[in-house]
Amino acid sequence: MSKEKKQQAVQTTGHAWDGDLQEFNNPLPTWWLWAFYGTVIFAIVYWVLFPAWPVGKSYTKGVLNDITYTTPAGKQVTSHWNTRALYLEEMEKARAEHAAYMEQLQSASLAEIANNEELSAFAYSMAKVLFADDCAACHQAGANGVIGSYPNLLDDDWLWGGTYDQIHASIANGHNGFMPAFSKTLNSAQMDDVAEYVISLSGSDVNPQKAEIGSNIFNGETGGCYYCHDKGGVGRISQGAANLTDSIWTIADVPGQATLEGKKAVVKRVIANGVNRKMPAWKNRLNDTEVKILTFYVHELGGGN
Amino acid sequence: MSDPIYQPRVPIFPRSVKGRFRNIKFTILVLAYGTYFLLPWLRWDRPSGPDQAVLFDLVGRRFYLFDLVVYAQDIFWLAGVLVIFTLLLFFVTGLAGRVWCGYFCFQTLWTDVFMLVERWVQGDRNARIKLAKSPWTAGKLARMGSTWGLWLLVSLLTGLSFTLYWGNAPQLLVDMLHGEAPFAAYATTAFLAATTFVMAGLAREQVCTYMCPYARFQSVMFDRDTSIVAYDEVRGEREQGRRKPAKGLMNYQERINSGVGDCIDCGYCVQVCPVGIDIRNGLQYQCISCALCIDACNTIMASINYPVGLIRYSSENELEGKQTHRLNLKNLGYALVLIVTTGLLVWSILTRSAFELNVRQIRQPLSVTLSDGRIQNRYEIKINNKTDRQYRFRLTLEGLEHAELDTGNFRDIVLLPEHTIQINAKIRMQPEYATARREAFRFVLQALDSGHVEPVSHESMFYVPTVSLK
Repeated sequence: MSKEKKQQAVQTTGHAWDGDLQEFNNPLPTWWLWAFYGTVIFAIVYWVLFPAWPVGKSYTKGVLNDITYTTPAGKQVTSHWNTRALYLEEMEKARAEHAAYMEQLQSASLAEIANNEELSAFAYSMAKVLFADDCAACHQAGANGVIGSYPNLLDDDWLWGGTYDQIHASIANGHNGFMPAFSKTLNSAQMDDVAEYVISLSGSDVNPQKAEIGSNIFNGETGGCYYCHDKGGVGRISQGAANLTDSIWTIADVPGQATLEGKKAVVKRVIANGVNRKMPAWKNRLNDTEVKILTFYVHELGGGN
Repeated sequence: MSDPIYQPRVPIFPRSVKGRFRNIKFTILVLAYGTYFLLPWLRWDRPSGPDQAVLFDLVGRRFYLFDLVVYAQDIFWLAGVLVIFTLLLFFVTGLAGRVWCGYFCFQTLWTDVFMLVERWVQGDRNARIKLAKSPWTAGKLARMGSTWGLWLLVSLLTGLSFTLYWGNAPQLLVDMLHGEAPFAAYATTAFLAATTFVMAGLAREQVCTYMCPYARFQSVMFDRDTSIVAYDEVRGEREQGRRKPAKGLMNYQERINSGVGDCIDCGYCVQVCPVGIDIRNGLQYQCISCALCIDACNTIMASINYPVGLIRYSSENELEGKQTHRLNLKNLGYALVLIVTTGLLVWSILTRSAFELNVRQIRQPLSVTLSDGRIQNRYEIKINNKTDRQYRFRLTLEGLEHAELDTGNFRDIVLLPEHTIQINAKIRMQPEYATARREAFRFVLQALDSGHVEPVSHESMFYVPTVSLK
């Protein structure tokens, strides 16, 4: 059939406006029509199977009543299809899959976890999530902390000790990190001298006379710094007092200062104002296994002792 | 009603034939079906892993092919296999024409089986034509019904066998019969059964003529030396054309003397053709080179004592009385590329690494300063043992002389067969040894107590904070 003939064959609806305005009556393509019928059938099947129509304050639930999960209260619930129930069901399945490992973790000691490749890999990835949820807000996602506020957990310096037991105690019971302010006890010149001495402990070139005076204040009764920081400033774990002789600074940002004056200034500020920081206890918020694997994770991060 | 888009199918009722090529085709059919249906049941002894010889384990992301285990990361071999198949198709087509279509293609094989079923239930060509024309009686319904029923059975077995390659066959079959198999197993079986039924039962030659791209682009690969199934027109027609045997044209010598061709126009070659063409019209794109017309013509020629080979494997050059050059430049080129590609694939498979090393540097933070002033970087290392043996590995550094590597409690890493492990490594170095903010180095993984395994390495970076650089 030629093209012209086909065009002539097209019908109109029969109406005419303004004398000559007509409307073509082109039928829908068959495949299109069947696809449309298909969607209608699909919709009806969908209404039957899934939640669909609002009815007053409720809605039709659909006949797919096949999602079973356990509520936190321990009740078995079978629900119509909905994404929230689906999520709860999937989470329950995941917990069931974890259960075998969790049981092992529960009974294993930290040393046993560390020596078992599979168990330690599982504990590590579980704890990573816990850390991100509960610890990262202060200690940062990578556990590198914030200098001046929250300790860096990646380095090998442990204010409160780096053995499994010490880390476990820190997480379970929390800590109050406290250093008194010395602005009332010492005058500005004395604080300068102490700062000079403290800087010298980690190997900076300072004025030896001033450092000598600072040493006497630090290790004597004038300042009494050695009560917590110990003689020579090596720190005392029972007090959470920092070791001042190493390269790590958690409060005063000494490595970040370019000049000696700058370094002394940040140290002096800490001496003057003191430190008061608090880590909450986690034993009431996390269960024993969670505290245990977090201990393993933190120990793993910094290398531990 | 508008014009139909497609030409309606003209039903074809191929007649049975006996002969050399029919026997070859039956032999290939038996071998192909035997392989396809029995391979999932073949057991294979492996030190670890499933005991099925050929198993495509999608969940475990492993393909087991006898002694070869293909991992997800080796999937580029599939590309190699496809390239080789393509080249092989080009090469064989250039040399011998549509050998694949005529003898090996599953469309041809399955259509052949469906036609056998048809013939067995309904009788040969004439009986089938008669049945098709007859009105719908109970007898016709029973015959057509049983044909379709048997087709459906073959289709279901085909779909089922395909599915069995993707799981432990005996267990999967039991699960499927109990309704406990995964949905995908049923869906795959149903889908493949449906396509088999439609393609081999209903669409048949239309698949080759309209759907298969190969039928359409083969003309590019053909030349005048390509082997084709051809009717020898010079001999078949002579000066006077083909003629039915009549008085004075019966015996071979009489026909030559009177200038009449050897073709007695019996039509057998047309009746046996599964795609419904007349080979005497010359080379046609529908022809799948199944060679059944050769068997048909030879049967007739032999029965009337004429020389056989009026229809035979030939080439356009040969039909014109010229020399056929099989080994022309094009075919030699295909052969060369084919050999090189196959060699590369085999080399790649034979030299595959037994284990794999992946390193991800922990980037938050990149580095940390330790109490003694050293810089520490941390890395998450994944080791994948792709063998069926247990290995003991040692991880070392290459390119960071003054650095110390700490892998915690796992100095030597023991990895079970086909297992992956993740370990956390720390590298520590005094900053004065660093020359730049980033130092490139390599992790080297060496399998202990097995000297024949090549060590694998992975490049990584060691970062030093700017303030620590002297």
